[in-house]
Amino acid sequence: MTPSFLLTFALLLPFGAALVAALLPQNARNAEAWLAGTVAVAGLGIMIYLFPHVAAGGVVRHEIQWIPALGLNLILRIDGFSWLFGMLITGVGFLVVLYARYYMSPKDPVPRFFAFFLAFMGSMLGLVLSGNIIQLVIFWELTSLTSFLLIGYWFHFAQARDGARMALTVTGLGGLGLLIGMLIIGQIVGSYDLDVVLASGDLIRAHPLYLPALLLVLLGALTKSAQFPFHFWLPHAMAAPTPVSAYLHSATMVKAGVFLLVRFWPVMAGTDAWFWIVTSAGMATLIFGAYAAIFQTDLKGLLAYSTISHLGLITTLLGMSTPLATVAAIFHIANHATFKASLFMAAGIIDHETGTRDIRKLSGLFRFMPFTATLAMVASAAMAGVPLLNGFLSKEMFFAEVAERDANPFVNLALPIGATLASMFAVVYSLRFVHGVFFGPKPEGLSKLPHEPPALMRRPIEILVLLCLVVGIIPGVTIAPYLAAAVVSVTGPDTPYYSLSVWHGWNLALAMSGIALVGGVLLYWALYGYLAKGVDGPPLIHQLKGQRIFERIMLIITSKWARRLEARFGTRRLQPQLFLLFVLAVGLPASLLLTRLGGINLTFAGFDPAFALLWAVGIVCAVAAAQQAKFHRLVALVLLGGTGIVTCITFVWFSAPDLAITQLLVEIVTTVLILLGLRWLPKRVEDMRDEAQLLKARLRRYRDLVLAGLAGVGMTVIAYAVMTRQIPSGISKYFLENAYQLGGGTNVVNVMLVDFRAFDTLGEIAVLGIVALTVFSALRRFRPARESIAKPEQQRIQNEFDDRAPERSQGDTVNEYLLIPSVIMTWMFPVIIVLAVHLFLRGHDQPGGGFAAGIVMSIGFILQYMAGGTRWVEDRLRILPVRWIGSGLLLALLVGVAAQVVGYPFMTTAFQYVEIPYIGRVPLASALIFDLGVFSLVVGATVLILIALAHQSVRSPKAARNAVPIKEAEVSSDAPVEIR
Amino acid sequence: MELVLAIGIGVLTSCGVFLMLRPRTFQVIIGLSLLSYAVNLFIFSMGRLMVGAAPVTASGTIDPTHFTDPVPQALVLTAIVIGFAMTALFLVVMLAARGVTGTDHVDGREQR
Repeated sequence: MTPSFLLTFALLLPFGAALVAALLPQNARNAEAWLAGTVAVAGLGIMIYLFPHVAAGGVVRHEIQWIPALGLNLILRIDGFSWLFGMLITGVGFLVVLYARYYMSPKDPVPRFFAFFLAFMGSMLGLVLSGNIIQLVIFWELTSLTSFLLIGYWFHFAQARDGARMALTVTGLGGLGLLIGMLIIGQIVGSYDLDVVLASGDLIRAHPLYLPALLLVLLGALTKSAQFPFHFWLPHAMAAPTPVSAYLHSATMVKAGVFLLVRFWPVMAGTDAWFWIVTSAGMATLIFGAYAAIFQTDLKGLLAYSTISHLGLITTLLGMSTPLATVAAIFHIANHATFKASLFMAAGIIDHETGTRDIRKLSGLFRFMPFTATLAMVASAAMAGVPLLNGFLSKEMFFAEVAERDANPFVNLALPIGATLASMFAVVYSLRFVHGVFFGPKPEGLSKLPHEPPALMRRPIEILVLLCLVVGIIPGVTIAPYLAAAVVSVTGPDTPYYSLSVWHGWNLALAMSGIALVGGVLLYWALYGYLAKGVDGPPLIHQLKGQRIFERIMLIITSKWARRLEARFGTRRLQPQLFLLFVLAVGLPASLLLTRLGGINLTFAGFDPAFALLWAVGIVCAVAAAQQAKFHRLVALVLLGGTGIVTCITFVWFSAPDLAITQLLVEIVTTVLILLGLRWLPKRVEDMRDEAQLLKARLRRYRDLVLAGLAGVGMTVIAYAVMTRQIPSGISKYFLENAYQLGGGTNVVNVMLVDFRAFDTLGEIAVLGIVALTVFSALRRFRPARESIAKPEQQRIQNEFDDRAPERSQGDTVNEYLLIPSVIMTWMFPVIIVLAVHLFLRGHDQPGGGFAAGIVMSIGFILQYMAGGTRWVEDRLRILPVRWIGSGLLLALLVGVAAQVVGYPFMTTAFQYVEIPYIGRVPLASALIFDLGVFSLVVGATVLILIALAHQSVRSPKAARNAVPIKEAEVSSDAPVEIR
Repeated sequence: MELVLAIGIGVLTSCGVFLMLRPRTFQVIIGLSLLSYAVNLFIFSMGRLMVGAAPVTASGTIDPTHFTDPVPQALVLTAIVIGFAMTALFLVVMLAARGVTGTDHVDGREQR
């Protein structure tokens, strides 16, 4: 098994398992946990197996080409640092799965939880394993999305919904910034490959676009890692189930931000801008988070603010830009993950066993759950930075770094003092967590009697606390080689020496630690009275609620501004919108046309008076149709048909027989269609408008006329300019030369439709089918206007005449009107069918084909309707248009899939000429079957549309008889003839 | 020849655009049809005009310069059919809107 294969496997496994997890039954708590646990362990195993490959600054890369021309390739890449993260993600992931198995109640829908959880794990792995910076952003966004789903898991709580939404909004905003930042970096470097980017540090730092890129990348990192001033989303994300918090808010999601900072540390750090922004954001967060954590009454809230503070510590270290500070930062990332994950789990156990997380209600739990209490106490001590625990080591390194003398006196003073202060606060909130919960009198008013959790639920905490201890006591044996691998991959081969030993002798850092510990204990003692009162929220800055500001901003943007914009630029009227569209459609090309058109040479070569005359007719028809369309609809329709015929003749004239056939046929069905619709349109109404309105309307007409004229002139100029230029050699030559050899037909247009570009045609007929079904279903609920329900005037007169004459029955007159045409139409039916078959069969070699044949066939059906009336036809002929559509689409698809089955690309065709007696040589291509599908679908779609519309006239008399308002149910129930 | 067709396309476009900006739905549907004629002819003309050179070849090797460009023709052929579908859909929407709103104004209510 190659490392690159393992890498791909490790990434795909969680996503695949997420799909499986989503499909398991609702109560499969154990199966889900086994699945997720196995995936995590497999990932962990792969990571451990890969360590030798990354140990000495090695990198494992696996590249999958996607769009190499744009530098967009899937690159999986692991080095020492991403390996460390990989271990955290899979290792802590496994422990959280184990914990979640006991934490989640049987009532919770576990498939959703584990599916999201695994998807998040995959996204996180994808993020750290990305070797392409665009790919990195994509996985970054995926972590935002999946964490949104996880935080909002209990979506019946408003808190969970709000918290999830806030987290997504803030981190999503950062993700957007990050994407732009990455694009800028890609532009600067000329590649999106992470290895190339990492090797171009000097180029990036010296580039004028460095500052914008830095700001955008920092926006991403600081929002994700909940750094001031974007910290406020994290406490609200505590509405998530505790396993989610233990995973997302200790080891993974919030660490993605600092991961990004470390990843780009080699290429972006070291400048003044980096130092000031990152360090001050980190320092502010460190102090603020620790201060706020002291005054939280919710256990998870306390831990959330503590996390914010610790992330601030890591950020501060990274801002300082020295290699040793970065070592400390990486070390603290791992340490914080271990003790914070175990503390979240402990808080979850307390919540689980007592029914509350409120510090004010909890006390003296030590006597009920001594094991858990001991574990939590050790983890808290690590959090506070007590010696012999891992938190102490990285904090000592932090102190040593901030104590370094700096040229800037402010920095020289502010950093050490701030660090000591924050560390003191950390001692206070750790003490409060331990003392407040586990010591003191027995708790009162709990809903249940607390006891130890199941042993397996405690196991993850035990493992994590053990890690805190061994790393804290014997760091040289336990963590050193892994930390070294991670550090080398970030700071390069010439990383300065650093020592991990517990005892560094008497120095400033130790003094600061001492002050923090002693001062913290004293401060807790001093604050004890105030804390016992149980006021929620930190004093002094109580008013400063990030959430409130966030909500205010969201309200302004999404409601106030949006509404104002809508009021200013929006309209519900169609005409202004279309006018604007046409102005743009005319204006933009015009601006290009005026500058780049070049010369136009007017030529009258080949001028044919007959053609000019033809178009004189066409133009008159079009203009007259435009003029008559308002009050004389039938006239306009006939004139429109005239223009259609001129278009059709133009196609014949210029060597496009296929187009001419199709145009002529479509012309017929379109005219029939609109004729059927005319009946439902309103009569001419008296113009009630006054003088001023009329003048306004006239002015608007002139304005539209000018725009329309401009559009026409533009089209004329472009069309003429193109037509009189030499045609560039395109793809046409290929089609012409190969139509026969490859497609087995001589009609190139048809071969293109059913063979070369068959996939396009498949899409096309699918659209046609969808439109037909839409028309059909829209008409099922058709409600005509009140005044159109009554029978048309002519029909009424005819019926009255029939009623008056005793020997006649209703409908005789109308039948007599069309007697001779109807006989002809009936007799034409078989002829039309033969014509359709003929057009269809010759289509591959001669003009014709499935489209044309299909429309001919449908015209045959429509003629029968016209000749005999709807009921007469449907008594004798059962046309099932929906079946025609379905079988046509299936047939066309089948041809495509059949090619794939025998090992060719989708839609490949085969062909053969065969001799059929009496008919002759017939091309028998599989494309013919495809064309049959096209034929069938076109027949079905056209007939369905026309019949559905024609039926409205049959069903309306009933509605008219049923007096006035028509109820919905009646309309659907009395649909007279069901069309299937 | 080219000039005549170009002017024809221009006039059809003008009529189409003008009608599409009118307030009555029937005017819009006629305008849409005219505009689609214009666009189809325009796309078709991008393959240049040739008389008596239909892209129907023979078996064996052929000289592509003797045939007109089949690509715009294939595009326009499907466009004609889809144009029919679009007209049908628009017609039905227009009729339904007329039934529901009681007016054939494009905005669903008479302008004041």
